[in-house]
Amino acid sequence: MTPAVGTETLQFDFPGERRPLPFEPVLVGVVGSGNLEILIEPAETAGCRITLDTSARGFGAIWAAVLGDFQQRHRLAGVALAMNDMGATPAVVSLRLDQAVAHLRWPAAAAAVGEGE
Amino acid sequence: MNAMNAMNDMNAMNAENTPPARGQGLSWAECSARERLAAFVDEGSFHEWLPPAARLSSPHLALLGVPAAFDDGVAIGRATLGGHAVFVAAQEGEFMGGGVGEVHGAKLTGLLQRALRDRPAAVLLLAESGGVRLHEANAGLIAVSEVMRAVLALRVAGIPVLALIGGANGCFGGMGIVAACCDRVILSDIGRHAMSGPEVIEASHGVDEFDARDRALVWRTTGGKHRWLCGDATALVEDDVAAFRAAALHWLAAPRALDLATLEVEHALLADRLQRCPPGAEAPPLWAALGVPDAARVPDLDADELRQRRPALDLIRQGGF
Repeated sequence: MTPAVGTETLQFDFPGERRPLPFEPVLVGVVGSGNLEILIEPAETAGCRITLDTSARGFGAIWAAVLGDFQQRHRLAGVALAMNDMGATPAVVSLRLDQAVAHLRWPAAAAAVGEGE
Repeated sequence: MNAMNAMNDMNAMNAENTPPARGQGLSWAECSARERLAAFVDEGSFHEWLPPAARLSSPHLALLGVPAAFDDGVAIGRATLGGHAVFVAAQEGEFMGGGVGEVHGAKLTGLLQRALRDRPAAVLLLAESGGVRLHEANAGLIAVSEVMRAVLALRVAGIPVLALIGGANGCFGGMGIVAACCDRVILSDIGRHAMSGPEVIEASHGVDEFDARDRALVWRTTGGKHRWLCGDATALVEDDVAAFRAAALHWLAAPRALDLATLEVEHALLADRLQRCPPGAEAPPLWAALGVPDAARVPDLDADELRQRRPALDLIRQGGF
């Protein structure tokens, strides 16, 4: 077995149906110790695609749980999130994800559906 | 009823006083680079070049197990400051201590070279950096030297370059030299500017030479007050975005000549200062020798109080201009 070197790259594709209004890419957070940056962009994808690069190797299962929980809350469609992580805890990751989504605007009908859920 | 009274009071205050200056009450040190930049320039005026979505990241870091940043730790672009067209760069101190890597440095150099072509009123470097990003070794060293060359080329062309320093990481190493190459250095009292950082000095010369954990020593050796009292910084401001804005606007159109005569004068002043420096190499005796009244109290004073105490000495390198 080769020793683990470098960062670990993970990708997740989640189904979703809430499509935000067109938007410019937004960056939140910083790549600092215990922190991460998230770039949220429009994407040609049915649901939500999340790619991440992390200094902490071997936590794929926890990422899957945290990101799955995030997408369960927001049901994003046509959105890509790219993240660079330097050992952020799940709580910090969740807060940063919600901070990124807070920049999105919604069509009137979709917002009503979102609030009703 | 109370709410109504409060509103009336506020209306009365607004009628009497001018509205608060842009960025007032916002700590420069506590802002991220992007927050700082957005609050510093005129509202909504920042247009970024090579934004994060361009993904111009370091090609070196992933191999070392360090995640890259989409902007390689620096935001560059154009903006207006008080209506003047300026170019700006802001370094993110939380990412690798603001270290200058190959891409980070190339973005700074590109900004400065574009300024040579487009001739904005000034280039403003919101510097926060430990210097060269050692992970990138020679590529980082070369990048910093290219930034220096580009700063000096702009100065020769008469376009002022201002360094604004007030982040928690200070401005050290190669970026410390870059800042010293600029027309003006604007420092907050909690900002720091030097070549070798405290831990570098301790590591190379021992704790007896310099105790990097002694925060009071660190600040009276590299901090904004010391730099300003010695004349190495043009302006000393409070840790406030509005204060940096006001100082930058004040010095925007005041380039320093970059020619042999000016350099010779400057070197003579530095030699004189070195000669006057009392033995022991501690800051308070130097302040006293420079004519600062009650020098021992300097660390306790805020920027405003201290500003009234700096003597109008010919030893002051930049401030007298």
